[in-house]
Amino acid sequence: MNVEARPNPLKTQSVELGIADCDVHPNPASLEDEVFPFIEQKWRDYIATYGMVQRIGFAGGTQYPKGQPRASRRDSYPPEGGPPASSLSFFREQHLDAHNVDMAVMIPLRIGQALQNMDLAVAVCAAINEWQTEFWTSKEPRIKGSIVMAYENADACVQQIEKHAHKDDFVQISMLSRTPDPMGHRKYWPIYEAAAANGLPVGVHAFGYGGNPPTGGGYPSYYIEDMMAHAQSCQALITSMVYEGVFDRIPDLKLVIVEGGIAWLPSLMWRLDKIWEKNRLELSHVKRPPSEIIRQHVWLTSQPIEEPDNRQQLVEAIEWMGWDRVLYASDYPHWDFDDPKRALPVQLTKEQRDGFFRGNAYKAYGLS
Amino acid sequence: MAERQKHVVAKVSDFEGTDRKLVEVKGRPIVIFKKGDEWFGMLDRCPHQGGSLCSGSLISWVESSGPGDYRMSRKDEIVRCPWHGWEFDIRTGVACARPTKYRARPVGVSVVKSEETETVGNLELYDVSREGDLVVVEL
Repeated sequence: MNVEARPNPLKTQSVELGIADCDVHPNPASLEDEVFPFIEQKWRDYIATYGMVQRIGFAGGTQYPKGQPRASRRDSYPPEGGPPASSLSFFREQHLDAHNVDMAVMIPLRIGQALQNMDLAVAVCAAINEWQTEFWTSKEPRIKGSIVMAYENADACVQQIEKHAHKDDFVQISMLSRTPDPMGHRKYWPIYEAAAANGLPVGVHAFGYGGNPPTGGGYPSYYIEDMMAHAQSCQALITSMVYEGVFDRIPDLKLVIVEGGIAWLPSLMWRLDKIWEKNRLELSHVKRPPSEIIRQHVWLTSQPIEEPDNRQQLVEAIEWMGWDRVLYASDYPHWDFDDPKRALPVQLTKEQRDGFFRGNAYKAYGLS
Repeated sequence: MAERQKHVVAKVSDFEGTDRKLVEVKGRPIVIFKKGDEWFGMLDRCPHQGGSLCSGSLISWVESSGPGDYRMSRKDEIVRCPWHGWEFDIRTGVACARPTKYRARPVGVSVVKSEETETVGNLELYDVSREGDLVVVEL
Protein backbone atom coordinates (compact mmCIF):
# COMPACT_ATOMS: atom_id res chain seq x y z
CA MET A 1 0.00 0.00 0.00
CA ASN A 2 1.30 3.42 -0.90
CA VAL A 3 0.50 5.40 2.22
CA GLU A 4 1.40 8.69 0.59
CA ALA A 5 -1.30 8.45 -2.06
CA ARG A 6 -3.55 11.50 -1.84
CA PRO A 7 -7.10 10.87 -2.93
CA ASN A 8 -9.45 13.49 -4.29
CA PRO A 9 -10.12 15.57 -1.18
CA LEU A 10 -13.59 16.60 -2.32
CA LYS A 11 -15.01 13.13 -2.82
CA THR A 12 -18.59 13.09 -1.61
CA GLN A 13 -20.51 10.10 -0.37
CA SER A 14 -23.89 8.61 -1.03
CA VAL A 15 -25.59 5.39 -0.06
CA GLU A 16 -28.51 3.94 -1.93
CA LEU A 17 -30.68 3.71 1.17
CA GLY A 18 -31.05 6.36 3.83
CA ILE A 19 -28.24 6.74 6.30
CA ALA A 20 -28.13 5.98 10.02
CA ASP A 21 -26.99 8.88 12.19
CA CYS A 22 -25.93 7.59 15.59
CA ASP A 23 -25.81 10.88 17.50
CA VAL A 24 -28.31 13.73 17.38
CA HIS A 25 -29.41 16.02 20.18
CA PRO A 26 -33.00 17.21 20.21
CA ASN A 27 -33.72 19.63 23.04
CA PRO A 28 -36.89 20.50 24.92
CA ALA A 29 -38.22 23.86 23.73
CA SER A 30 -38.86 24.45 27.42
CA LEU A 31 -38.19 22.17 30.39
CA GLU A 32 -41.24 23.59 32.15
CA ASP A 33 -43.62 22.91 29.28
CA GLU A 34 -42.28 19.64 27.89
CA VAL A 35 -40.49 17.77 30.67
CA PHE A 36 -41.92 18.97 33.97
CA PRO A 37 -45.38 17.49 33.23
CA PHE A 38 -43.73 14.08 33.59
CA ILE A 39 -42.25 14.95 36.99
CA GLU A 40 -44.17 14.77 40.26
CA GLN A 41 -45.17 18.10 41.78
CA LYS A 42 -42.87 17.42 44.74
CA TRP A 43 -39.83 17.48 42.46
CA ARG A 44 -41.04 20.51 40.54
CA ASP A 45 -41.26 22.36 43.84
CA TYR A 46 -37.84 21.03 44.79
CA ILE A 47 -36.30 22.27 41.53
CA ALA A 48 -37.93 25.69 41.96
CA THR A 49 -36.51 25.91 45.48
CA TYR A 50 -33.10 24.25 45.28
CA GLY A 51 -32.33 23.93 41.58
CA MET A 52 -30.68 20.98 39.90
CA VAL A 53 -27.15 20.70 41.29
CA GLN A 54 -24.79 18.58 39.24
CA ARG A 55 -21.71 16.74 40.38
CA ILE A 56 -19.33 19.44 39.15
CA GLY A 57 -17.91 22.57 40.66
CA PHE A 58 -19.49 24.90 38.12
CA ALA A 59 -23.16 24.93 39.01
CA GLY A 60 -24.20 27.50 36.43
CA GLY A 61 -23.41 25.52 33.32
CA THR A 62 -20.89 23.27 31.66
CA GLN A 63 -17.30 23.09 32.83
CA TYR A 64 -16.01 24.93 29.77
CA PRO A 65 -17.65 27.40 27.40
CA LYS A 66 -18.25 25.92 23.96
CA GLY A 67 -17.05 26.71 20.45
CA GLN A 68 -20.39 28.32 19.60
CA PRO A 69 -23.36 29.44 21.77
CA ARG A 70 -25.31 26.43 23.14
CA ALA A 71 -22.55 24.36 21.53
CA SER A 72 -24.65 24.59 18.38
CA ARG A 73 -24.44 25.46 14.74
CA ARG A 74 -25.46 29.11 14.45
CA ASP A 75 -27.85 28.21 11.64
CA SER A 76 -29.70 25.57 13.69
CA TYR A 77 -32.10 27.86 15.58
CA PRO A 78 -35.67 27.04 14.51
CA PRO A 79 -37.45 29.86 12.65
CA GLU A 80 -40.33 29.68 15.13
CA GLY A 81 -37.96 30.30 18.07
CA GLY A 82 -36.63 28.06 20.83
CA PRO A 83 -33.24 26.41 21.19
CA PRO A 84 -31.53 24.42 18.40
CA ALA A 85 -33.19 21.07 17.60
CA SER A 86 -36.28 21.87 19.64
CA SER A 87 -38.59 21.93 16.61
CA LEU A 88 -39.44 18.62 14.96
CA SER A 89 -40.41 20.27 11.68
CA PHE A 90 -37.13 22.18 11.41
CA PHE A 91 -35.20 19.09 12.55
CA ARG A 92 -36.77 17.22 9.64
CA GLU A 93 -36.11 20.02 7.18
CA GLN A 94 -32.53 20.87 8.14
CA HIS A 95 -31.30 17.40 8.97
CA LEU A 96 -33.43 14.28 8.36
CA ASP A 97 -34.70 15.25 4.92
CA ALA A 98 -31.67 17.28 3.86
CA HIS A 99 -29.27 14.41 4.52
CA ASN A 100 -31.48 11.44 3.74
CA VAL A 101 -31.32 10.17 7.33
CA ASP A 102 -33.70 7.30 7.95
CA MET A 103 -32.55 6.51 11.47
CA ALA A 104 -31.33 9.16 13.90
CA VAL A 105 -30.42 8.14 17.44
CA MET A 106 -31.20 10.91 19.90
CA ILE A 107 -29.02 11.23 22.98
CA PRO A 108 -30.31 13.76 25.53
CA LEU A 109 -27.48 15.57 27.30
CA ARG A 110 -27.06 17.77 30.38
CA ILE A 111 -30.33 16.49 31.78
CA GLY A 112 -30.63 14.54 34.98
CA GLN A 113 -28.02 11.82 34.74
CA ALA A 114 -25.64 13.12 37.40
CA LEU A 115 -27.65 15.32 39.71
CA GLN A 116 -26.33 15.23 43.24
CA ASN A 117 -29.77 14.53 44.69
CA MET A 118 -30.12 10.91 43.61
CA ASP A 119 -33.89 10.75 43.91
CA LEU A 120 -34.24 13.91 41.83
CA ALA A 121 -31.84 12.44 39.25
CA VAL A 122 -34.00 9.34 38.97
CA ALA A 123 -37.18 11.43 38.59
CA VAL A 124 -35.72 13.73 35.94
CA CYS A 125 -34.23 10.85 33.91
CA ALA A 126 -37.55 9.01 33.99
CA ALA A 127 -39.26 12.18 32.74
CA ILE A 128 -36.72 12.61 29.93
CA ASN A 129 -37.51 9.12 28.69
CA GLU A 130 -41.23 9.95 28.60
CA TRP A 131 -40.41 13.24 26.84
CA GLN A 132 -38.39 11.45 24.13
CA THR A 133 -41.36 9.23 23.36
CA GLU A 134 -44.06 11.90 23.61
CA PHE A 135 -42.34 14.68 21.66
CA TRP A 136 -40.04 12.86 19.23
CA THR A 137 -40.11 9.10 18.64
CA SER A 138 -43.90 8.74 18.57
CA LYS A 139 -44.15 11.58 16.06
CA GLU A 140 -41.25 10.67 13.79
CA PRO A 141 -40.37 7.00 13.26
CA ARG A 142 -36.96 7.92 11.85
CA ILE A 143 -35.94 9.14 15.32
CA LYS A 144 -34.98 6.59 17.96
CA GLY A 145 -34.40 7.29 21.62
CA SER A 146 -31.75 6.39 24.21
CA ILE A 147 -32.87 5.27 27.65
CA VAL A 148 -31.47 7.92 29.98
CA MET A 149 -30.65 6.87 33.53
CA ALA A 150 -29.17 8.10 36.80
CA TYR A 151 -26.35 5.62 36.44
CA GLU A 152 -24.99 6.01 39.97
CA ASN A 153 -28.16 4.20 41.05
CA ALA A 154 -28.07 0.88 39.23
CA ASP A 155 -31.38 -0.36 40.67
CA ALA A 156 -33.24 2.66 39.29
CA CYS A 157 -31.47 2.17 35.95
CA VAL A 158 -32.61 -1.42 35.70
CA GLN A 159 -36.18 -0.28 36.34
CA GLN A 160 -35.98 2.24 33.49
CA ILE A 161 -34.44 -0.36 31.19
CA GLU A 162 -37.15 -2.90 31.98
CA LYS A 163 -39.81 -0.25 31.45
CA HIS A 164 -38.65 0.96 28.04
CA ALA A 165 -36.27 -1.53 26.40
CA HIS A 166 -38.98 -3.54 24.66
CA LYS A 167 -40.38 -0.47 22.88
CA ASP A 168 -39.45 0.35 19.30
CA ASP A 169 -38.84 3.91 20.46
CA PHE A 170 -35.49 3.09 22.08
CA VAL A 171 -32.35 1.52 20.58
CA GLN A 172 -29.79 1.90 23.36
CA ILE A 173 -29.04 2.59 27.01
CA SER A 174 -27.38 5.97 27.54
CA MET A 175 -24.42 6.76 29.78
CA LEU A 176 -21.84 9.55 29.73
CA SER A 177 -18.11 8.91 29.60
CA ARG A 178 -16.99 10.87 32.67
CA THR A 179 -18.36 8.68 35.41
CA PRO A 180 -17.37 9.15 39.09
CA ASP A 181 -15.64 5.75 39.00
CA PRO A 182 -14.08 3.88 36.08
CA MET A 183 -16.78 2.35 33.96
CA GLY A 184 -15.72 -1.22 34.64
CA HIS A 185 -16.60 -0.76 38.33
CA ARG A 186 -18.91 -3.50 39.61
CA LYS A 187 -21.55 -1.01 40.76
CA TYR A 188 -22.41 -0.49 37.06
CA TRP A 189 -22.64 -4.16 36.18
CA PRO A 190 -26.41 -4.49 36.83
CA ILE A 191 -26.91 -1.82 34.15
CA TYR A 192 -24.78 -3.75 31.66
CA GLU A 193 -26.52 -7.02 32.51
CA ALA A 194 -29.95 -5.49 31.97
CA ALA A 195 -28.86 -3.89 28.69
CA ALA A 196 -27.46 -7.16 27.38
CA ALA A 197 -30.49 -9.14 28.55
CA ASN A 198 -32.69 -6.77 26.55
CA GLY A 199 -30.44 -6.85 23.49
CA LEU A 200 -29.60 -3.14 23.58
CA PRO A 201 -26.12 -1.64 23.45
CA VAL A 202 -24.86 0.78 26.07
CA GLY A 203 -24.15 4.03 24.23
CA VAL A 204 -21.54 6.05 26.08
CA HIS A 205 -21.50 9.66 24.94
CA ALA A 206 -18.59 11.97 25.68
CA PHE A 207 -18.95 14.41 28.60
CA GLY A 208 -20.63 13.75 31.93
CA TYR A 209 -20.33 15.05 35.43
CA GLY A 210 -18.31 12.59 37.43
CA GLY A 211 -16.74 15.30 39.55
CA ASN A 212 -13.22 14.40 38.44
CA PRO A 213 -11.07 16.74 36.32
CA PRO A 214 -11.45 16.01 32.61
CA THR A 215 -7.80 15.03 32.23
CA GLY A 216 -5.56 12.78 34.27
CA GLY A 217 -3.46 15.89 34.91
CA GLY A 218 -6.22 18.08 36.30
CA TYR A 219 -8.27 20.93 34.90
CA PRO A 220 -6.83 22.34 31.65
CA SER A 221 -7.08 25.98 30.60
CA TYR A 222 -8.95 25.74 27.34
CA TYR A 223 -12.16 24.28 25.91
CA ILE A 224 -10.13 22.69 23.12
CA GLU A 225 -8.31 20.66 25.81
CA ASP A 226 -11.65 19.62 27.28
CA MET A 227 -12.56 18.30 23.82
CA MET A 228 -9.26 16.51 23.44
CA ALA A 229 -9.76 14.88 26.84
CA HIS A 230 -12.68 12.85 25.52
CA ALA A 231 -10.25 10.52 23.82
CA GLN A 232 -8.57 10.02 27.20
CA SER A 233 -11.76 9.29 29.10
CA CYS A 234 -13.00 6.93 26.38
CA GLN A 235 -9.70 5.05 26.38
CA ALA A 236 -9.86 4.85 30.17
CA LEU A 237 -13.41 3.49 30.19
CA ILE A 238 -12.71 0.86 27.53
CA THR A 239 -9.56 -0.16 29.39
CA SER A 240 -11.51 -0.40 32.64
CA MET A 241 -14.33 -2.46 31.15
CA VAL A 242 -11.95 -4.87 29.39
CA TYR A 243 -9.56 -5.37 32.29
CA GLU A 244 -12.31 -5.58 34.93
CA GLY A 245 -13.68 -8.50 32.93
CA VAL A 246 -17.04 -6.93 32.12
CA PHE A 247 -17.18 -8.50 28.67
CA ASP A 248 -16.11 -11.91 30.02
CA ARG A 249 -18.86 -11.70 32.61
CA ILE A 250 -21.52 -10.39 30.18
CA PRO A 251 -20.75 -11.92 26.78
CA ASP A 252 -23.74 -10.29 25.05
CA LEU A 253 -22.84 -6.75 26.12
CA LYS A 254 -22.49 -4.24 23.28
CA LEU A 255 -20.76 -0.90 23.78
CA VAL A 256 -21.04 2.13 21.47
CA ILE A 257 -18.62 4.97 22.19
CA VAL A 258 -20.05 8.26 20.96
CA GLU A 259 -18.14 11.47 20.13
CA GLY A 260 -14.73 10.54 21.43
CA GLY A 261 -12.92 10.31 18.10
CA ILE A 262 -11.86 7.06 16.48
CA ALA A 263 -8.25 6.93 15.35
CA TRP A 264 -6.85 6.24 18.82
CA LEU A 265 -8.54 2.85 19.08
CA PRO A 266 -5.95 0.80 17.14
CA SER A 267 -3.06 1.98 19.28
CA LEU A 268 -5.10 1.37 22.43
CA MET A 269 -5.75 -2.22 21.33
CA TRP A 270 -2.05 -2.78 20.64
CA ARG A 271 -1.11 -1.43 24.06
CA LEU A 272 -3.81 -3.33 25.96
CA ASP A 273 -2.72 -6.59 24.34
CA LYS A 274 0.92 -5.97 25.16
CA ILE A 275 0.25 -5.24 28.83
CA TRP A 276 -2.27 -8.07 29.20
CA GLU A 277 0.18 -10.64 27.90
CA LYS A 278 2.69 -9.70 30.57
CA ASN A 279 0.40 -9.28 33.57
CA ARG A 280 -1.66 -12.45 33.67
CA LEU A 281 -1.30 -12.67 37.44
CA GLU A 282 -3.39 -9.52 37.81
CA LEU A 283 -5.67 -10.14 34.85
CA SER A 284 -6.25 -13.89 34.87
CA HIS A 285 -10.00 -13.25 34.63
CA VAL A 286 -9.54 -11.71 31.17
CA LYS A 287 -9.56 -14.77 28.96
CA ARG A 288 -8.88 -13.36 25.51
CA PRO A 289 -6.60 -10.70 24.07
CA PRO A 290 -8.18 -7.27 24.71
CA SER A 291 -8.12 -6.43 21.00
CA GLU A 292 -10.26 -9.50 20.29
CA ILE A 293 -12.75 -8.46 22.98
CA ILE A 294 -12.92 -4.91 21.63
CA ARG A 295 -13.41 -6.04 18.03
CA GLN A 296 -16.36 -8.15 19.18
CA HIS A 297 -18.06 -5.79 21.64
CA VAL A 298 -17.13 -2.16 20.90
CA TRP A 299 -18.24 0.28 18.18
CA LEU A 300 -17.19 3.90 17.79
CA THR A 301 -19.20 6.70 16.20
CA SER A 302 -17.34 8.79 13.69
CA GLN A 303 -17.95 12.39 14.73
CA PRO A 304 -15.91 14.52 15.32
CA ILE A 305 -13.93 12.58 12.77
CA GLU A 306 -10.19 13.09 12.52
CA GLU A 307 -9.14 15.14 9.50
CA PRO A 308 -5.49 14.39 8.66
CA ASP A 309 -4.14 16.36 5.69
CA ASN A 310 -3.68 13.00 4.00
CA ARG A 311 -7.15 11.53 4.44
CA GLN A 312 -5.91 8.13 3.35
CA GLN A 313 -4.20 7.83 6.75
CA LEU A 314 -7.63 7.88 8.40
CA VAL A 315 -8.72 5.05 6.11
CA GLU A 316 -5.73 3.04 7.30
CA ALA A 317 -6.59 3.70 10.95
CA ILE A 318 -10.12 2.42 10.32
CA GLU A 319 -8.71 -0.66 8.59
CA TRP A 320 -6.58 -1.35 11.67
CA MET A 321 -9.70 -1.47 13.87
CA GLY A 322 -12.08 -2.91 11.26
CA TRP A 323 -14.58 -1.20 8.95
CA ASP A 324 -17.43 -2.90 10.81
CA ARG A 325 -16.57 -0.99 14.01
CA VAL A 326 -17.33 2.59 12.96
CA LEU A 327 -20.80 4.16 12.83
CA TYR A 328 -21.56 7.46 11.14
CA ALA A 329 -22.73 10.25 13.45
CA SER A 330 -23.48 13.91 12.74
CA ASP A 331 -23.91 15.35 16.26
CA TYR A 332 -26.61 17.64 14.86
CA PRO A 333 -27.25 20.42 15.91
CA HIS A 334 -23.93 20.88 17.64
CA TRP A 335 -21.22 23.10 16.25
CA ASP A 336 -18.82 20.29 15.43
CA PHE A 337 -21.49 18.62 13.26
CA ASP A 338 -20.11 16.37 10.51
CA ASP A 339 -21.95 16.60 7.20
CA PRO A 340 -22.38 13.06 5.81
CA LYS A 341 -21.40 14.26 2.35
CA ARG A 342 -18.08 15.61 3.63
CA ALA A 343 -17.23 13.58 6.75
CA LEU A 344 -15.16 10.91 5.03
CA PRO A 345 -13.96 12.43 1.77
CA VAL A 346 -12.09 9.45 0.38
CA GLN A 347 -12.84 6.76 -2.15
CA LEU A 348 -14.63 3.89 -0.38
CA THR A 349 -15.81 0.53 -1.59
CA LYS A 350 -19.57 0.02 -1.65
CA GLU A 351 -19.27 -2.36 1.28
CA GLN A 352 -17.27 0.13 3.34
CA ARG A 353 -19.62 2.98 2.51
CA ASP A 354 -22.82 1.08 3.20
CA GLY A 355 -21.42 -0.28 6.48
CA PHE A 356 -20.14 3.08 7.69
CA PHE A 357 -23.30 5.01 6.85
CA ARG A 358 -25.91 2.37 7.65
CA GLY A 359 -25.25 -1.33 8.04
CA ASN A 360 -22.88 -1.19 11.01
CA ALA A 361 -25.40 0.83 12.99
CA TYR A 362 -28.23 -1.60 12.30
CA LYS A 363 -26.02 -4.45 13.52
CA ALA A 364 -24.89 -2.58 16.63
CA TYR A 365 -28.45 -1.69 17.61
CA GLY A 366 -29.78 -5.13 16.71
CA LEU A 367 -32.13 -3.82 14.04
CA SER A 368 -32.91 -5.32 10.67
CA MET B 1 -13.45 30.44 -18.72
CA ALA B 2 -16.76 32.24 -18.99
CA GLU B 3 -16.54 36.01 -18.92
CA ARG B 4 -17.63 37.62 -15.69
CA GLN B 5 -20.92 39.45 -15.73
CA LYS B 6 -22.28 42.10 -13.45
CA HIS B 7 -25.46 41.35 -11.56
CA VAL B 8 -27.49 43.86 -9.59
CA VAL B 9 -28.55 41.83 -6.60
CA ALA B 10 -29.79 44.26 -3.97
CA LYS B 11 -30.39 47.85 -3.00
CA VAL B 12 -28.01 49.52 -0.60
CA SER B 13 -31.05 50.33 1.51
CA ASP B 14 -31.59 46.58 1.99
CA PHE B 15 -28.62 46.72 4.34
CA GLU B 16 -30.18 49.13 6.82
CA GLY B 17 -30.01 47.37 10.16
CA THR B 18 -27.95 44.45 8.87
CA ASP B 19 -24.39 43.92 7.71
CA ARG B 20 -25.07 41.02 5.36
CA LYS B 21 -27.39 39.53 2.79
CA LEU B 22 -27.56 36.18 1.05
CA VAL B 23 -28.26 36.25 -2.70
CA GLU B 24 -28.11 33.74 -5.51
CA VAL B 25 -26.14 34.46 -8.67
CA LYS B 26 -25.95 31.97 -11.53
CA GLY B 27 -27.39 29.36 -9.20
CA ARG B 28 -24.67 29.95 -6.63
CA PRO B 29 -25.30 31.25 -3.10
CA ILE B 30 -23.31 34.44 -2.48
CA VAL B 31 -23.06 36.21 0.85
CA ILE B 32 -22.51 39.98 0.75
CA PHE B 33 -21.05 41.76 3.76
CA LYS B 34 -21.18 45.53 4.27
CA LYS B 35 -18.57 47.11 6.49
CA GLY B 36 -19.02 50.88 6.60
CA ASP B 37 -18.66 51.98 2.98
CA GLU B 38 -16.87 48.80 1.96
CA TRP B 39 -18.50 45.75 0.39
CA PHE B 40 -17.32 42.16 0.33
CA GLY B 41 -18.71 39.03 -1.27
CA MET B 42 -17.99 35.32 -0.89
CA LEU B 43 -19.36 32.05 -2.13
CA ASP B 44 -21.65 31.10 0.76
CA ARG B 45 -20.13 27.69 1.30
CA CYS B 46 -17.32 27.09 3.76
CA PRO B 47 -14.53 25.27 1.90
CA HIS B 48 -14.19 22.88 4.87
CA GLN B 49 -17.59 21.16 5.11
CA GLY B 50 -19.94 23.57 3.38
CA GLY B 51 -21.43 25.60 6.24
CA SER B 52 -23.26 28.79 5.28
CA LEU B 53 -20.86 31.66 6.03
CA CYS B 54 -23.81 34.07 6.00
CA SER B 55 -24.80 32.62 9.39
CA GLY B 56 -21.30 33.12 10.79
CA SER B 57 -20.13 35.90 13.05
CA LEU B 58 -17.82 38.69 11.91
CA ILE B 59 -14.93 38.97 14.31
CA SER B 60 -11.55 40.68 14.57
CA TRP B 61 -8.17 39.43 13.46
CA VAL B 62 -6.42 38.15 16.59
CA GLU B 63 -2.65 37.81 16.59
CA SER B 64 -0.23 36.66 19.26
CA SER B 65 3.53 36.72 19.58
CA GLY B 66 3.38 34.03 22.26
CA PRO B 67 1.50 32.80 25.32
CA GLY B 68 0.02 35.64 27.37
CA ASP B 69 0.03 38.12 24.49
CA TYR B 70 -2.66 38.93 21.97
CA ARG B 71 -3.58 41.84 19.74
CA MET B 72 -6.83 42.50 17.98
CA SER B 73 -7.22 44.48 14.79
CA ARG B 74 -9.33 44.68 11.64
CA LYS B 75 -12.64 44.64 13.48
CA ASP B 76 -15.38 42.64 11.71
CA GLU B 77 -13.14 41.59 8.82
CA ILE B 78 -12.92 37.90 9.68
CA VAL B 79 -15.92 35.65 9.13
CA ARG B 80 -16.16 32.65 11.47
CA CYS B 81 -18.02 29.66 10.03
CA PRO B 82 -21.23 28.94 12.01
CA TRP B 83 -20.38 25.24 12.15
CA HIS B 84 -16.75 24.43 12.97
CA GLY B 85 -15.40 27.91 13.50
CA TRP B 86 -12.98 28.06 10.54
CA GLU B 87 -12.05 31.74 10.13
CA PHE B 88 -11.65 33.48 6.76
CA ASP B 89 -10.41 36.95 5.83
CA ILE B 90 -13.36 38.56 4.05
CA ARG B 91 -10.95 40.61 1.89
CA THR B 92 -9.07 37.62 0.50
CA GLY B 93 -10.90 34.43 1.54
CA VAL B 94 -7.71 33.10 3.10
CA ALA B 95 -8.18 30.75 6.08
CA CYS B 96 -6.60 32.32 9.18
CA ALA B 97 -5.49 29.06 10.81
CA ARG B 98 -4.21 27.24 7.72
CA PRO B 99 -3.75 29.65 4.81
CA THR B 100 -2.48 26.89 2.56
CA LYS B 101 -5.27 24.43 3.35
CA TYR B 102 -8.52 26.26 2.66
CA ARG B 103 -9.57 29.41 0.89
CA ALA B 104 -13.09 30.75 0.77
CA ARG B 105 -13.95 32.10 -2.66
CA PRO B 106 -14.16 35.90 -2.73
CA VAL B 107 -16.53 37.56 -5.18
CA GLY B 108 -16.32 41.17 -6.35
CA VAL B 109 -19.01 43.47 -4.96
CA SER B 110 -19.50 47.15 -5.76
CA VAL B 111 -22.14 49.85 -5.55
CA VAL B 112 -23.49 51.85 -8.48
CA LYS B 113 -26.12 54.52 -8.77
CA SER B 114 -29.31 53.38 -10.41
CA GLU B 115 -28.79 55.69 -13.39
CA GLU B 116 -25.47 53.95 -14.03
CA THR B 117 -27.01 50.50 -14.29
CA GLU B 118 -28.12 50.72 -17.89
CA THR B 119 -25.27 48.41 -18.89
CA VAL B 120 -25.92 45.95 -16.07
CA GLY B 121 -28.13 43.05 -16.99
CA ASN B 122 -30.29 40.70 -14.94
CA LEU B 123 -31.94 43.43 -12.93
CA GLU B 124 -35.37 41.84 -13.05
CA LEU B 125 -33.98 38.50 -11.98
CA TYR B 126 -33.23 39.76 -8.49
CA ASP B 127 -36.42 41.73 -7.93
CA VAL B 128 -34.48 44.97 -7.53
CA SER B 129 -36.03 48.17 -8.77
CA ARG B 130 -33.84 50.72 -10.55
CA GLU B 131 -33.84 53.27 -7.71
CA GLY B 132 -31.15 54.70 -5.45
CA ASP B 133 -27.82 52.99 -4.94
CA LEU B 134 -27.57 49.39 -6.03
CA VAL B 135 -25.28 46.52 -5.05
CA VAL B 136 -23.56 44.73 -7.90
CA VAL B 137 -21.90 41.31 -7.83
CA GLU B 138 -19.37 40.34 -10.46
CA LEU B 139 -19.40 36.66 -11.28
